Amino acid sequence: MANERSFVTISVVSAQHPGRARFEALLAAEEKVEPADWMPEGYRKTLIRQIAQHAHSEVIGMQPEGNWISRAPTLKRKAILMAKVQDEAGHGLYLYSAAETLGITRDEMVRLLHEGKQKYSSIFNYPTLSWADIGCIGWLVDGAAITNQVMLTRCSFGPYARGMVRICKEESFHQRQGFQIMETLCRGSAEQREMAQDGLGRWWWPSLMMFGPHDSDSTHSDQSMAWKIKRVSNDDLRQQFVDMTVPQADYLGLTVPDPELRWNPERGHYDFGEIDWDEFWAVVRGNGPMNRERIAHKRAAWYDGAWVRKAASAYAARHTGQVG
Amino acid sequence: MTYSVPRLPEEPDPDLRSKGSRRVSGWLLWEVFIRPRRGLHHVHAGSLHAPDGEIALQSARDVYTRRGEGVSLWVVPSSEITSSDAADAASLFDPTSEKPFRDATFYQVPDEVEWL
Repeated sequence: MANERSFVTISVVSAQHPGRARFEALLAAEEKVEPADWMPEGYRKTLIRQIAQHAHSEVIGMQPEGNWISRAPTLKRKAILMAKVQDEAGHGLYLYSAAETLGITRDEMVRLLHEGKQKYSSIFNYPTLSWADIGCIGWLVDGAAITNQVMLTRCSFGPYARGMVRICKEESFHQRQGFQIMETLCRGSAEQREMAQDGLGRWWWPSLMMFGPHDSDSTHSDQSMAWKIKRVSNDDLRQQFVDMTVPQADYLGLTVPDPELRWNPERGHYDFGEIDWDEFWAVVRGNGPMNRERIAHKRAAWYDGAWVRKAASAYAARHTGQVG
Repeated sequence: MTYSVPRLPEEPDPDLRSKGSRRVSGWLLWEVFIRPRRGLHHVHAGSLHAPDGEIALQSARDVYTRRGEGVSLWVVPSSEITSSDAADAASLFDPTSEKPFRDATFYQVPDEVEWL
């Protein structure tokens, strides 16, 4: 629910624009808001920020996995990983398109990312040290992402919700292939099981961090919930993820690195320990293990690719007479 | 959250300089239509940027048909599409609802009459 302050803001502004009544009627009727509809400036800016970050996450997310394409254990695994990384690029493009309907260009979003003025999900600032990490990314990171993205298919902004439907369909392959990597390792040698356990040990907490601060500390959540951009709170999504994932870890015979984790029959949920919030904020502030390297690599790829974009424009100009 | 990284107190509101511009690196925006299989219409799937139709088609194939989504693609520059104004929707489309007799369900057919 909107807190007292945001409620006051809404009621004051509602007197000012005739489009607001229609906007609020759409939200109340669970109808989608489309780009041509009037929308509050705050709604537009919140969505640009969130969809751009989401797009950047897909694009930057190619790096930790791309790191293992050349070292995938078999040709089949390599082909699967390449298909997955290609999907991530595609997801980034769907999302940039959705953000563009709000009146920002892709060039602008890329510039803001390169200048550190728009972020991407902190999870991609952790390194992929072993093959098990590729399993963990699919199983845990994509699992957490799906939890979030299924909710976002019900987002009030049409282009974002439609993009999520397409992405969710493709993402379930990602999670399954990750789980399969873990399952294969867990059925392997003692060394392979150890590798799987080490991966879970490093990815569990960052995966829980993906859901963001506690609801009580999440300053902008109320407004996003009121606007129906966000439909479920951070803590509820995190609980949902833990409840789904712990039995999967049990099946694999792996130990979740949380001594406080236990089933609570009264709540019907798992209880779990507290996230290291100092680490969480350090990574958000740019001091995670890979923050600098990720952006440096992204910028280098953009500038190294400049000649391809120029050549494509020059070719088009010669053949169609368009100004490139 | 996941995709809404928490806002730091010092985070500035970025200056969205290019508001409203529809071009990227001088490339046109294209709308992509896919025919799922023969006998069906081409349906809008999304959009992308490309310098010309040929590259737009290739990119559309890579971006929108990685899982056998279709057997044919159209790409159209977005600027070539003329669309109705959402604000006019009421006056444009309302007359339809005033003419229920255009629908077959408007007419009562006696139970004993067949093939109607």
